[in-house]
Amino acid sequence: MNHRVTSIEHAETRLAWLLVAPALTIILLVSLVPIAVTGWDALHLHDLRLPWLGQPFIGIDNFVEAANDPRFRAALLHTVAFALISVPLELVLGLGLAVMMHAATRGRTFVRVSALLPWAIPTVVAALLWRFMFDVQTGIVAASFRTLGLVGPAFDWFVHPRAAWFPIIAADVWKTTPFVAILLLAGLQTIDPALGEAAEMDGAGPVRRFITITLPLLIPALVVAAAFRMLDALRLFDLAYVVTGGGPGSATEPVSLYAFITLMQRLRFGYGSALSVTAFLLTFAFALVWVRVLGRSITGARS
Amino acid sequence: MSIRPVALVPAIAGVLLLAVLLFPICWMLAASLMPESRLFESRPFLPTAVTFEHYRALFDERNFLVPVRNSLLVSGLTTLVAVPIAALCAYALARLRMRGKGLVLACVLAISMFPQISIVPPLYLILRELRLLNTYPGLVLPYLTFSMPLGVWLLTGFFRQLPKDLEEAAMLDGATRMRALRDVVLPLAAPGIASTAILTFLYCWNEFLFALSFTLGPDRYTVPVAITLFRGRYQVPWGEVLAATVVATIPVALLVLACQRRIVAGLTVGATKG
Repeated sequence: MNHRVTSIEHAETRLAWLLVAPALTIILLVSLVPIAVTGWDALHLHDLRLPWLGQPFIGIDNFVEAANDPRFRAALLHTVAFALISVPLELVLGLGLAVMMHAATRGRTFVRVSALLPWAIPTVVAALLWRFMFDVQTGIVAASFRTLGLVGPAFDWFVHPRAAWFPIIAADVWKTTPFVAILLLAGLQTIDPALGEAAEMDGAGPVRRFITITLPLLIPALVVAAAFRMLDALRLFDLAYVVTGGGPGSATEPVSLYAFITLMQRLRFGYGSALSVTAFLLTFAFALVWVRVLGRSITGARS
Repeated sequence: MSIRPVALVPAIAGVLLLAVLLFPICWMLAASLMPESRLFESRPFLPTAVTFEHYRALFDERNFLVPVRNSLLVSGLTTLVAVPIAALCAYALARLRMRGKGLVLACVLAISMFPQISIVPPLYLILRELRLLNTYPGLVLPYLTFSMPLGVWLLTGFFRQLPKDLEEAAMLDGATRMRALRDVVLPLAAPGIASTAILTFLYCWNEFLFALSFTLGPDRYTVPVAITLFRGRYQVPWGEVLAATVVATIPVALLVLACQRRIVAGLTVGATKG
């Protein structure tokens, strides 16, 4: 009998690996191997414009160059600053939207569709839309700022190094707040309404109930949403490419875009790979830190 | 009496939020129907004269059907390849006894999170070597890098939600694992598989960096690449660009309208296990 059970178990394990194998093989071939190759290429001088140089091994020279490259350091700063500004905005607004969706008694379908549309449209479309709305000649948002007297009559958002970030961040917040809201809404729906009702009996007002009951119970969902958003924000590419092209100059250029230009326009594959590796390490480092925070905050919420 | 205005605050905030969410899309639609000259007036607002000129120019002069066809083909093919393979893997991860499940899932999640740019250089060189640059397979292969992990991750979540009793009953009645999977589990998992397929299709339809890197000319551009590379003689041809963004949004909007519940289910099953 015992023998039979183990043989059934063996058969099951064999079947499991058989089912997993195709997917894992594909993931290995199209993702893991290329990542390793990028890491390897980053240690070489590899310039597609200078094929006669071959691809000599140069150790960490590419990374040394990156560390001393002011444009790369600026790109790094841009990427992190963009993530740290846009993600908290999205979390706060997403929380508001989620609470609203949760409270809505009528028109739930309409609200859900309105929230899903910005999330689902292509990032490139969102980028073009916000570029259009901030355009000095055609832009309705640019015109509104002028009418309100917040900017001068001929203010062009895209020629000011700081102002050019506004359309990028606006597009990102607009597009991804609904995503955050949907994740948080799922969190809200798992909270037992009896808790709030009990607190209401005890005389707690809606704001107090939200802060002392809803928010602490929502922390796990918030942590997850923040992680998804941060990792996505750190790989910012589409919006910067389409809204500003990284400009004016390279004032809005994130790491992914600088790496792309180095690779596909300057054809410096060795150096571009090194820049890509740092983009990878940046997300990796964040993920590691976040897993620790995540573990702590979830246990914190339970105690 | 003082409670009423306070109670109105969330409603007003909600309406404002919804307006902000929907306004850019309505504006895109309205502006795409305006004559170009009106776009440059200080505050054009509503289209007084509706014109389909931009749409005509889009399809007649810019051959926009070509990128639409390319995008549909590549997104559809990727979904058809990724979802079934991911489903087999996810079933094993959700149900079968095997070691290293946690590790496999962690790897899958990690891979779906890394920046796409970090695999662009080797993929470009490999595709060039295989003469697959500027081809459909040359996009489907890179698209598997995000659609496989996405599919495995989502479907593992969906399979875990299914009750075990039915397939166990089928197996007690003498059905093999594979038979139980085919006749009992798959029909039950159909909604989850639909969610996964919809999300995969949407991610492929929206993808930009790979398509920009691995296509070389208008014959293989996908919709996002084609729109981005529109050039006017002197300035951005906004009328045509807006018409193109509307066309790019139509399949997405149809999916959202028809399948909103499935999309929400997909988004939340992916996050609740994180």
